[in-house]
Amino acid sequence: MALLEVRDLTVQFRRRGEEPFTAVDGVSFDVDPGQTIGLVGESGCGKSVTSLAIMGLLPRKGNQVTGSVRFEDTELLSLSQSQMRDRRGRDLGMVFQDPLSSLNPVVSIGLQVTEVLERHRGMARKAAMVEATELLDKVGIPDPGRRLSEYPHQLSGGMRQRALIAMALACRPRLLIADEPTTALDVTIQAQILALLKELVTDTGTALIMITHDLGVVAGLCDEVNVLYGGRVVERAARHELFAEPRHPYTHGLLASIPRLDAPRGEKLVPIKGSVADNIPWDGACAFAPRCPNALDTCTQVTPEQESLANRLLRCHNPVEVTA
Amino acid sequence: MTITSRKARIDKLAENGDAGVSLVASAWRRLRRSPVFLVGAAIIVAFVLIALLSPLLAPHDPSATLLLDQVSKAQNKIPDPQPGYPLGGDDQGRDFLSRLLIGSQQTLMVGVLATLFGLAGGLVLGTLAGALSGWVDTVVMRIVDVMLSIPSILLAVSIAALFVHPNQYTVIVAVAIVQIPVFARLLRGSMLAQRASDHVLAARALGVKPGAIVFRHMLPNSLSPVIVQATIVLATSIIDAAALSFLGLGNPDDSVPEWGSMLGRSQGLLDSHPELSFWPACCIIVVALGFTLCGESLRDALDPKNRR
Ligand SMILES: Nc1ncnc2c1ncn2[C@@H]1O[C@H](COP(=O)(O)OP(=O)(O)OP(=O)(O)O)[C@@H](O)[C@H]1O
Ligand SMILES: [Mg+2]
Repeated sequence: MALLEVRDLTVQFRRRGEEPFTAVDGVSFDVDPGQTIGLVGESGCGKSVTSLAIMGLLPRKGNQVTGSVRFEDTELLSLSQSQMRDRRGRDLGMVFQDPLSSLNPVVSIGLQVTEVLERHRGMARKAAMVEATELLDKVGIPDPGRRLSEYPHQLSGGMRQRALIAMALACRPRLLIADEPTTALDVTIQAQILALLKELVTDTGTALIMITHDLGVVAGLCDEVNVLYGGRVVERAARHELFAEPRHPYTHGLLASIPRLDAPRGEKLVPIKGSVADNIPWDGACAFAPRCPNALDTCTQVTPEQESLANRLLRCHNPVEVTA
Repeated sequence: MTITSRKARIDKLAENGDAGVSLVASAWRRLRRSPVFLVGAAIIVAFVLIALLSPLLAPHDPSATLLLDQVSKAQNKIPDPQPGYPLGGDDQGRDFLSRLLIGSQQTLMVGVLATLFGLAGGLVLGTLAGALSGWVDTVVMRIVDVMLSIPSILLAVSIAALFVHPNQYTVIVAVAIVQIPVFARLLRGSMLAQRASDHVLAARALGVKPGAIVFRHMLPNSLSPVIVQATIVLATSIIDAAALSFLGLGNPDDSVPEWGSMLGRSQGLLDSHPELSFWPACCIIVVALGFTLCGESLRDALDPKNRR
């Protein structure tokens, strides 16, 4: 059985005097223990909202979450605030995009790491400090003893993200959600952080949901990839299938728009035309239709349903043909 | 100043709340080089020293009517400066210089205590409003807004007038109550900003309990605009306290000198002896200026937008 089963997860934001806005629209996916799942899509497609909904971190007011999120045998969406609080940090961990702003500027790194240990593992401050030193060492922070007494601004960006990963993994959660964990870091550090995540996840058998807009990250890390567009999964496939044969025009466009070393010289990159602002609602149409090179008339008349093909899920009226 | 602009100013200050340790360190570096701050700090230090040492510095007992024989109510005559009495005497024949020196004690004490109590009250209300939100927030903020909409000196006078037996402590209470809404609104504003911040979300993602979220992650990060405001409010407290004494709502016991009440007493002699009003007024203005200069430069130094 899957570790996490997300079924028809829908998040609507409601503001007084405004149309309700559906940020996540019937997203379903499974995560098995030890598996790494990618959620890919451009800015605003609902990746962060999906992860916050799973974690129960959406604001209490102004939104409606429906569907089901089963973690092992528990329905997370029906847990109370305090039950969910006991799960977060212990069973479910999360790493955010901006490591500097995700750390409390006035509390030392040591206290921030031990806070989790004291909270969930009931450790005393002293024992927690020893454990914290080990944790920082494990995530590759040099001289961890000294770092414990330092403040976030004294650490480099990469070290801050390592510290945050240490905190998220301190209680050995079975599921880790990483929301664009490398976006705020420079390229060499990105690679190190990804390698670290991969190593930790394999060592501890933690399942990982990797949220990113960077297909390069997906290629190196994920077993299975969900491509999100306008709050819905438009294509899902194992990593190799997705990269070898992108069927949805959006996925195809994403892949065509990243530079490849093996491409012939002079070959042009093809960015996806338009922007998220061109989205149309999913009701009675495909949200991607205005930007889609393959668009047919039906695409603006009928909502595409999710179909199961041999090795993937696809939501498209006119998928890209397999070339080979 | 209109009510709305006052509220807007408080809210703008609250936005600057995102100060961290690094900010404090770099702010201190800039403060040390700021002439405005140095002047303000010098003034404050000087007056604090005077207040502490005044029992030694004062040449005479401030309540002893030593020159009473030179006072003549009918001829509006008070003791002139003379050897041993460089500033002369007041209308009771007491040494004016000694009263001025010792008076700094009352004025500073009342100003500082009023600000501290106002700060404490504001911290409690602001934390409640910012942490609990919901109806607690609504109720607290309605009260605060009503208090803010009354001009502060009017409010202070009204509160002070409620006490049957006014003394310096009722002045402290009145001035403190007036300052509470400013601190409360300021703190609530920066707490709300903190609540929406990334590091609070990250702490919640680790399952940190609400109490720890408020007291470890939100409150300490919300304090810097409040502390800046407290420095500036010290100036207003001193002026408000002096104003209450001037209006006769302070300590009726005249033997303990206080600049506001000295100013009040010398009112009638303004034509013949303006220097009797000049000195206490001057002291009040200079002390208030010292705190204002410090507070303003502290605010600039802590403003993340000025960070170099
Ligand atoms: N609290 C909120 N209230 C209203 N709308 C929101 C809220 N949070 C997010 N949204 C909207 O939901 C949509 C999805 O946002 P989300 O943060 O999930 O995007 P994302 O895929 O994570 O993008 P990015 O790559 O930029 O992080 C956006 O259009 C956003 O405006
Ligand atoms: Mg996001």
